[in-house]
Amino acid sequence: MDWLLVGSSGDMALAKIIVVTSGKGGVGKTTSSAAIGTGIALQGFKTVIIDFDVGLRNLDLIMGCERRVVYDFVNVINKEATLSQALIKDKRTKDLFILPASQTRDKDALTQEGVQGVLEELAKEFDYIICDSPAGIEKGAQMALYFADAAIVVTNPEVSSVRDSDRILGILQSKSRRAEEGKEPIEEYLLLTRYHPERVALGEMLSVSDVEDILAIPLLGVIPESEAVLKASNQGTPVILDTESEAGLAYTDAVDRLMGEERPLRFLDIQKKGFFKRLLGG
Amino acid sequence: MTDSSFQLKGSVVTTVLLEIQTLSRQNIIAQLKEKIAQVPHFFNQAPIIVDLSKVEQEVPFNEFESLVDSLNGLGLGVIGWRCAQENKPLWSADVTIPLLPASKTRPIHVPEPIREASSPDVVVKTVVEERLVPQSTKIISKPIRSGQQVYAEGDLIILAQVSAGAEVLADGNIHVYGALRGRALAGVKGNLDARIFCKSMEAELVSIAGNFMLMDALQKMVWKDAAQVLLVDDSLEIIPL
Repeated sequence: MDWLLVGSSGDMALAKIIVVTSGKGGVGKTTSSAAIGTGIALQGFKTVIIDFDVGLRNLDLIMGCERRVVYDFVNVINKEATLSQALIKDKRTKDLFILPASQTRDKDALTQEGVQGVLEELAKEFDYIICDSPAGIEKGAQMALYFADAAIVVTNPEVSSVRDSDRILGILQSKSRRAEEGKEPIEEYLLLTRYHPERVALGEMLSVSDVEDILAIPLLGVIPESEAVLKASNQGTPVILDTESEAGLAYTDAVDRLMGEERPLRFLDIQKKGFFKRLLGG
Repeated sequence: MTDSSFQLKGSVVTTVLLEIQTLSRQNIIAQLKEKIAQVPHFFNQAPIIVDLSKVEQEVPFNEFESLVDSLNGLGLGVIGWRCAQENKPLWSADVTIPLLPASKTRPIHVPEPIREASSPDVVVKTVVEERLVPQSTKIISKPIRSGQQVYAEGDLIILAQVSAGAEVLADGNIHVYGALRGRALAGVKGNLDARIFCKSMEAELVSIAGNFMLMDALQKMVWKDAAQVLLVDDSLEIIPL
C-alpha cells in the first residue's frame, strides 16, 4: 500500500466525484455503487468507493471485504488512522479500493471539513471517487452529495421512489457545493433498477418513459430485476462481475454510457419462455 | 357539495371610513354635502363606516342614531360603526348596525378636486391598503423539484417542469412551459386578474387570489393538456389553450 506515499506527482489531480443517491431506501444504491465502481476500475481507472452510510455499513458486505475492515471513514476524519490504513484494496479488481463506513458511530460523526479533507487527499491518487449515499435527505445524504461533480440517481419504477428521486434532484441543485458556489451544476443521471418488464406490461410498474418523463434527466441505464443481484450480494461479489446475468451486463452498459459511449438499451422486453423453460416451470 | 344552495365565503371590500373628530352633526353633514357635490359618483351608495374612536366627549345614543339617518339620507350606506375599545358607549348593544373591530388605516385618495388645507372636522380614510403591483418578472430555466418552493413578486416564468410536491407562487401570473404537476398559486396577494398558464395541466392544486381547485376537479376539466386558469366572478375557470 505504498502507492500513497510515492504516487503523488505534485499536481492536484482532477478526480471525478460521483455520488450514488436516491432519497428512498432499498432501491439498490449500494449494489449500484459496488457495480459501477468495479466497472470503472475494470476500465483501468483508479477508483475508490466510499460508504457514507455511517452506522448501517453495507458496502463492505456487498464487496465481500467485511472481514478486512480495521479502520474506517470516521477514523480517518477523526485522524485516528491514515487513509492508507483505512483503504481496503479489492482482491478481484485491480485499481479498486473501498473506504468502509463505521458501524459504531452515527452520521453526526461526518463533518463537512472532515469529509472535504478526505476527498481532497483521495483526489490526489484516484481518478474516480464513488460516494455511496445513505437513504434519506438528512445530514448523511447531504454530506455524500455535497462535493459531487456528478450524481447517479437510483430509482425503482414506482411512484414513491420516483418522488423521492425528484426530491433529491432538488437538493442536488440547491444544497451542493457546486450550487452554493454558483458553478456548473452537478451532472445528473438516472439509473432505473429492479425493472420488471412483465409488471410494466401489466401496468403494475411505471415504464422507462414514464420515469424519464417525470424526472427529466438523462437515462444512464435500466437494470432488470434479477436473481443474480441477490445472489451476488450474498456472495459478496459485485453483480457486474457476473457476465452471465442480465443485471451484470446492464451495469456494464451503464458504465460505458457514463464514460460517454453509446449503448442501446437492452432487457426491456418481456422474455418469451422457451419450451423447456415452460416444461421445467422456470 | 351540490346539495347546498349556498356557499359561505370570506371577502375583503374597500369602504370609506368616516372618522369623526368632533361630534357636530350639522357641521359633518354640511361639509360632507360639499364633498359629495364635488365628486357625486364617488359617494353614491358608497358603503361607509362611522368611526367614533377619535371623539373625546360622550356620544348620546339619539345623536348617533340621527347622524346615521342623515348619512343614509345623503345617499351613503352605513354598514357598520366603530369606537375605541376602552371607551365603548353603554348603548353599543342597542345599535342595529354592526360594531366592527378596530384596524389599521391610511388616508384615502379622494378623486379630484383636492380638498383645501383648512382642517375639516371630517377625515375620510380607507380601510384596505392600496398596493402597487411590482413589475419584476422571475425566469427559471431548471425544473422545480419536489420539496422546492419558488416565489416571485411579479410574474413567474418557468421554462421547465414543476414536479409533484413542488410549489410555485407569484403575486402576478405564472407561466409553466412544461408539465405543471405540483401546486401553483398566482395572485397570492389578492390580484384577482392573475392567471396560470401551463403546457400540460397535471397540477395537485391551482389557486388564484386564494380561490383554489384540487387535482380531482382539474382532472374533469383539462388534464395533461395546455391550459390556462383564471378567475371569473369568484370561481376558477380552466380553459384549454
